[in-house]
Amino acid sequence: MINRSLEKVPMPEQDPKERVRNFNEVTLGYTPEMAIEEARRCLQCKNKPCMDGCPVKVFIPEFIEKVAAGQFAEAYDIITRTNSLPAICGRVCPQESQCEMVCVRGKKGEPVAIGRLERFVADWAMAHQPFKPNTETVRNKKVAVIGSGPAGLACAGDLAQRGYQVTLFEAFHVPGGVLMYGIPEFRLPKSLVQAEIDHLRQMGVSILTNQVIGKIYSIDELRDQGFDAVFIGSGAGLPLFLNIEGENLNGVYSANEFLTRVNLMKAYRFPQTDTPVAIGRRVAVVGGGNVAMDAARSAKRLGAESVTILYRRSQAEMPARAEEAAHAREEGIEFRFLTNPVRILGTEDGWVRSVVCVKMVLGEPDASGRRRPVEEQGSEFELPVDTIVVAIGQRPNPLIKNATPELEVQPWGGIVAESQTMSTNIPGVYAGGDVVTGAATVIKAMGAGKQAAQAIDDYLTGKTSDDPEACILGSEQSEF
Amino acid sequence: MVFSYYQEVHNVNLIIEKDILNPAVVRMVVDAPAIARKAEPGQFIILRVHDEGERIPLTIADFDREMGTITIIFQLVGKTTRLLGNLNKGDHILDFVGPLGKPTELDGYHQVAVVGGGLGAAIAYPQAKKLHQMGASVDVIIGFRNRDLIILEESFEQVSNQLFITTDDGSNGNKGFVTDVLKKQIESGRSYDLVIAIGPLIMMKFVAELTRPYGIKTIVSMNPVMVDGTGMCGGCRITVGGQTRFACVDGPDFDGHEIDFDEAIRRQQIYKRDEKAVDDPHLCRLTGEERSHD
Repeated sequence: MINRSLEKVPMPEQDPKERVRNFNEVTLGYTPEMAIEEARRCLQCKNKPCMDGCPVKVFIPEFIEKVAAGQFAEAYDIITRTNSLPAICGRVCPQESQCEMVCVRGKKGEPVAIGRLERFVADWAMAHQPFKPNTETVRNKKVAVIGSGPAGLACAGDLAQRGYQVTLFEAFHVPGGVLMYGIPEFRLPKSLVQAEIDHLRQMGVSILTNQVIGKIYSIDELRDQGFDAVFIGSGAGLPLFLNIEGENLNGVYSANEFLTRVNLMKAYRFPQTDTPVAIGRRVAVVGGGNVAMDAARSAKRLGAESVTILYRRSQAEMPARAEEAAHAREEGIEFRFLTNPVRILGTEDGWVRSVVCVKMVLGEPDASGRRRPVEEQGSEFELPVDTIVVAIGQRPNPLIKNATPELEVQPWGGIVAESQTMSTNIPGVYAGGDVVTGAATVIKAMGAGKQAAQAIDDYLTGKTSDDPEACILGSEQSEF
Repeated sequence: MVFSYYQEVHNVNLIIEKDILNPAVVRMVVDAPAIARKAEPGQFIILRVHDEGERIPLTIADFDREMGTITIIFQLVGKTTRLLGNLNKGDHILDFVGPLGKPTELDGYHQVAVVGGGLGAAIAYPQAKKLHQMGASVDVIIGFRNRDLIILEESFEQVSNQLFITTDDGSNGNKGFVTDVLKKQIESGRSYDLVIAIGPLIMMKFVAELTRPYGIKTIVSMNPVMVDGTGMCGGCRITVGGQTRFACVDGPDFDGHEIDFDEAIRRQQIYKRDEKAVDDPHLCRLTGEERSHD
């Protein structure tokens, strides 16, 4: 019995007026009744276009069929066959540009709410059943995974499932990477991230925090400690700045610093916690991605009276998810498109007083295919603000690269990895996620981590030699 | 919210020695073999003492590769250092990360002045020790507010050719600032090929101003506000030779003649008000005003 409604079953949300005063999760998730109703919108297409849209190839129609039948435990087992972090992916994946973009129901009306259903199933399983680690065999091989963000977690999970002894090295005091320091509590509750990471522990993954690889151990030293293969998933943790006058004034933050203080260090509960964040009455956030939305919405929740997003292109080019931008707007965030900061002015004692911007117009398309913003002559204006958050992107952190001179990297700092196997130029060393691609999405990093896990399995079982060229050939036979 | 994770396997950071060096300065020797194996003079660690605590950087004051220990010396100035000071021998430090930052480059110098102010003296000790071991002639010039605050006198005696200790109030019989002594040494013909200055920003600024006309290379150690210590937050950025650099990964040592000290002094004030709030939330019941320990 197909539900013929053209629209998704709406997901309950906290009222915008209420939620700007707390850091609790904005979206509240489906009830079982809502989930079943939405699952019945799925047509169970034979060719499953949605699965091809998913970087980790979740068996989407199969799990949705189980949801429609009310068999949530079975649905969970199907999802976790290929996705070890469903509660996270259900919340932060850009489904609209992946699985849901190619959903047949989307041709007329809205696609099936695949993300909401995945989240429902994961939340249901966490609340209703103990986690059953399903590791197959025990293998006498050790793998070091550097970085416990999405790429590292996915790689570690898949390798543990195949029976490898996995040690996860994390530089911070808590595992989770960007899921902990970057994405705010109101979008991805941290207790949930830790619950998913606990599943990895139950699968036998050992997690070492406070380990800055490149400083405490080099890649070679990890090999000397008996690790048979190494996966580098250290992410894109180096913040980019605007390089404009006044950027070192007090009150200018990188989005990384601002969000790390708020999310990882819990500055929103200061002084109950010990880490402060200096937020003014009027805040400007520079950038148009999800990180900019996260920073703006966090600033609002910290009590800023006005929060303005300054983006140099127009709304159409904005890389943030439409849903995030819509949530931001509901919460009273102002958007100034085609606006580019050119310098920051300070008070006598060195705090931010205002930001001087110019208006932009869109010109010819640039290398990214988006129309290049060009400055409009004589359009300079001054916007009074107290705090500025710069959210214009991140690059890979150079610590591991600097400590490993033989590792091949791109001119912009990304590690060079073969696109199918994620192998680097050093035999037995793999890399994936933002450290290879530059800042991208959680699910793409997870996909890379899974691909690397497959390649590492092939390498350690002798299906491929340690010659990187041979790895490329070998991977063509793998399921990836 | 309760996190169910904890340090697994090693890395327990046991405090194996604790001394009170002066009423406000504590020295701790911490079991951290993996860090000790790699540590070099000039590098730092980041620590956290409780689950809601902040991450603070402390310069490595000494290390022993064989014993597997890292020594830290810190002043009781804020909530975290006070909580750390409350820990005792046998306790564990919750989080202890390092070695971070670049080591001080000490190769190829023959006559060096190591200048330390207050707690900076402790931070300058590993450099003096290593230079001495490398065969350089090392003059150590350290200054304190008064006689009771003098630390590490015996340690420095063992690694220096000349040791000068000044006090602001003259209570040790040698009134003056470290810059006075340094100036006198230079003018009396000591030809330093390197000056290392570690201490309050204002002291390092004056040392750099003093050595600039003589063209003596001057290295200073910066200790700005930072969160991760791995180049991730950019909170520690400082201007060096007109370029923005991150103290945590590009430093903490920089050429003292290139640093914009006024900007660094200003950036140090960002959280002063907040530190007061967390440090001393007590409102006096009598006056309704905030009470301070100062």
